[in-house]
Amino acid sequence: MSQLTTASQTVGPYVTIGFAPSVVVDLAAAGVSGERITVAGRVIAAEGKPVNDAVVEIWQANAQGKYAHPEDAQDKPIEPGFRGFGRCLTDAAGRFRFATIKPGRVPGPEGVAQAPHIVVTVFMRGLLKHLITRVYFPDDPANTQDPVLNLVPAQRRATLIARRAPGDKSALEWNVILQGPEETVFFDF
Amino acid sequence: MNKPTEECVVGAVTGYRRPYFDTQPPYAYPAYRSTLKRAPTQPLVFLPHTLSEVTGPVFGYADVQPTDSDLTRQHDGEPIGERIVVSGRILDENSRPVAHALVEMWQANAAGRYRHAVDDHDAPLDPNFTGAGRVLTDGEGRYRFLTIRPGAYPWRNHYNAWRPAHLHFSLFGMGLVQRLVTQMYFPGDPLLEYDPMYNSVPDDRARRRMIASFDWESTLPDIALAFRYDIVLRGREATPMESTRS
Repeated sequence: MSQLTTASQTVGPYVTIGFAPSVVVDLAAAGVSGERITVAGRVIAAEGKPVNDAVVEIWQANAQGKYAHPEDAQDKPIEPGFRGFGRCLTDAAGRFRFATIKPGRVPGPEGVAQAPHIVVTVFMRGLLKHLITRVYFPDDPANTQDPVLNLVPAQRRATLIARRAPGDKSALEWNVILQGPEETVFFDF
Repeated sequence: MNKPTEECVVGAVTGYRRPYFDTQPPYAYPAYRSTLKRAPTQPLVFLPHTLSEVTGPVFGYADVQPTDSDLTRQHDGEPIGERIVVSGRILDENSRPVAHALVEMWQANAAGRYRHAVDDHDAPLDPNFTGAGRVLTDGEGRYRFLTIRPGAYPWRNHYNAWRPAHLHFSLFGMGLVQRLVTQMYFPGDPLLEYDPMYNSVPDDRARRRMIASFDWESTLPDIALAFRYDIVLRGREATPMESTRS
């Protein structure tokens, strides 16, 4: 039997009422293993205009490359204090910021391990359905073999790779650009 | 929870079915004007469902309080308006319940006003109503809220534009690609036919699935009327072993 899927609708301009109770911008409790990083950036619409009413959600594995989810059957530990989920509401300048750990590599299609990445979901007024994209890490040698990154046209791949902030190795910068020549790659999921 | 079988290859995952033709709105929908400034203009890249997409955040009873699902009791006094029960089941396309999943809901008050700094509609705020609820589905995918029937309100999309009364629903499902944000509408609302958001969904049956039904059996005598709203999330592709016909 097959039911018809419910249609998506926009979160609208008042999404903070519903989403504020579950804001998580600091993903890793004290004691969680891995390289501590921050991922920060802006959500930008047409003509460079900041989006001050967006919600950015992230989902990632822990430093060992294990998702805190029953379907991840790898023989690796789940870490208490790390769910792997973050949610940030953008500020007046369209900014978001997460403090987390760099995820490990997770299995990919046909036995090829994926490069470390964070899955990003974006909601806002004016989006009738959410967007899904990914952030990868700069200079990670695994990027060249990543089965998903390699599906992206080469000239657009850079939109999915964060940059290191000057002077701070642990700070990564990455923007969500909705339209224009630098438009972020979004996935058909 | 089924244990993975021995021949199961770690990393080989069964993905979710893609949305059926015309059951989801497009990103760019000119009648809803702000989509044109925010919809992607470059082609989307097809994303295979890997372990990163079939997993997703897991929530538990520790994440919600029992009072989170009763929006009429979040303040000292009672909110103004018509009390309603809104309940239903979260299922997937294969009719399997989506159990222990987080449901978030938010809405305007009975006068059609949101408790939000951006909402300047000239209608009263209600000091006893926040308009936000959360609940975890039970083992059968059931959820239930007690709230106030929201009012319609004007918006500036076009001349004399009014949103039909609605509740916003956010669902996490069991995996990232089941994530859904939608709106619940009320049966018989004359504003639906004028609403660009409702009408952005091309398929008529898919549109009507967003309309709740009056639910006599869930009414609370002397207290509240009731509406039933079932939500269907994407279902799994059949695994190769389950299906030999394709």
